[in-house]
Amino acid sequence: MTITAESVKPGIPEAGKPLIEARDLVKRFRAGGSFGHGHDVIAVKNVSLAVYPGEAFGLVGESGSGKTTLGRLLLRLEEPTSGQILYDDKDITHLRGSELRQLRSAIQIVFQDPYQALNPWMTIRQAISEPLKLFRGLKGAELDRELANLLEMVGLPVSSQKRLPREFSGGQRQRICLARALALKPSLLVLDEPTSALDVSVQAQIINLLRELQRELNLTYVFISHDLAVVGQVCDRVGIMRYGELLEITTRDQFITNPANAYSRTLRDAVPEVGKLLPLMQAQEEA
Amino acid sequence: MEEPLLSIQNLRVQLQQNHSTAEVIRGVELEVNKGEIVGLVGESGSGKTMTALSVLQLLPPSLQISAGTIKFNGLDLLKLSRKELQGLRGGSVAMIFQDPLRHLNPVFTVGQQLEAVISAHSAEKLTKKQVREKAIELFNQVKINDPERRLRSYPHQFSGGMAQRVMIAMALSGSPKLLLADEPTAALDVTVQAEILRLLKNIARERGMAVLFISHNLGAVWQLCDRVCVMYAGQVVETAATHKLIEQPEHPYTQALLEALPRLELKRKELASIPGTMPGLADMPEGCAFHTRCAYALPECRLAIPELLEMGGGHLARCIRAGNLPQNTESAA
Repeated sequence: MTITAESVKPGIPEAGKPLIEARDLVKRFRAGGSFGHGHDVIAVKNVSLAVYPGEAFGLVGESGSGKTTLGRLLLRLEEPTSGQILYDDKDITHLRGSELRQLRSAIQIVFQDPYQALNPWMTIRQAISEPLKLFRGLKGAELDRELANLLEMVGLPVSSQKRLPREFSGGQRQRICLARALALKPSLLVLDEPTSALDVSVQAQIINLLRELQRELNLTYVFISHDLAVVGQVCDRVGIMRYGELLEITTRDQFITNPANAYSRTLRDAVPEVGKLLPLMQAQEEA
Repeated sequence: MEEPLLSIQNLRVQLQQNHSTAEVIRGVELEVNKGEIVGLVGESGSGKTMTALSVLQLLPPSLQISAGTIKFNGLDLLKLSRKELQGLRGGSVAMIFQDPLRHLNPVFTVGQQLEAVISAHSAEKLTKKQVREKAIELFNQVKINDPERRLRSYPHQFSGGMAQRVMIAMALSGSPKLLLADEPTAALDVTVQAEILRLLKNIARERGMAVLFISHNLGAVWQLCDRVCVMYAGQVVETAATHKLIEQPEHPYTQALLEALPRLELKRKELASIPGTMPGLADMPEGCAFHTRCAYALPECRLAIPELLEMGGGHLARCIRAGNLPQNTESAA
């Protein structure tokens, strides 16, 4: 079955126009290899998908499935080998210069490791006010107000501005990264494993915060994760990837109850959960 | 009752730093019975890995065991000589780690490495052929296909899951009575994780081998373990049979941890999160280490570290309100 953006819109009440769309996207990496015998790795294979305004779209798959590369393509952090990316109905595949910069403020990213995503020498104030100054031209009292506003939004005390990243825990740093990403009032956030580096109790705080922010700011998420339970908590629709291919797009409910693709089922059935013995372990208990 | 295979009592480990000392492990009590699979769960920094490393006395140089006893199979491990310890490590107590590829030497084939371990741990001198046969047998046990060929492969030719199987094979070569498994599936994809969990359970049951399974993943612990110990800030705060702990947690931290767990369920509900973070060495609160984040804390909680209270059937909880906490605390969050 081939998936086109048009054929799959399950679970969208009134689909309307997609906010971001990928059409037949391909990313081929030239793998080094020794003595010129490199072979190409096709990280993303003819992927088409559409993400609609206000939804949380989950991209799941195991390591090497191409989910992160796809996310980076959507952000234009990576050049596609072929295919098209549309944002708000506009072809952004080859945007450059000031147009690309404008796009950058509409699409933001939050990375997995908040320890690496912040400059250790920059105070929180510097980190968050940089985009505010550069892109929105804020200064003085206006800047202060917006900073306070952003910190409050992500649940950090305004008094933490003067401190350096190392003074914060992982969860707090992820909040700082979120505040920085939200500084430019983006419509789309690409979240690449935003809770994978965090402990369970802190992960819950960030998941709840992400859901709250989405409701309040009407954000659209592309949520990349290998943790299906987390995706189930955040997302409305899910795309399942393997070996660079998008195997299936389905609603989260459908994914949980009855995914169509065999690999999607394998993936779902492998999630170890408290209170439920995995089919694999069950067979053994009986044996 | 039979004596436990491993019994750790009042274990204390200190961190020495610039003339000051801080306690990393603050009186751990832990028992593993013969053939039992025990989960040791907790968030990062709770001391679960350091507890396991203490058993084999493989702690980093900045850490020292300052008090407590560790008894294994009748031996007092803290009184063993260096040579006796060396015989124990990889012999009757083996350990596997999170990142298997980091623990294999990249310039030797896995066969050479496995065979070296087999020779080192065998009582009598084995011929080359016997060692090879034993290696093949171990690879078969950990379900590596085509063992003759795979033994000739180098570590980089193995995926994470296969490399973990190699590590398990090495661990088994000394016929251990106890396997310390430190997050052996944390770096693996879910489908591979499920296979490794199954393998570990099969092998442990077949050999009657006890396992101390260290993990932050309660879902994985549920699949594998007979009993669970929950650690927080360098102490065991609760221990019980796995199903008991999950169905009827008595410590507020265990309760909160379970409610913070995202689940793949149709009905989506707000996750209960625990406010704040686990205290570090510098800001360890007086009394119960959890009281600053606890929804049920009383003024008494900050006075003294609570004892581990027996709740019946080997269920222990380190909380003065254990037994009197509201269960299923959705409203308390």
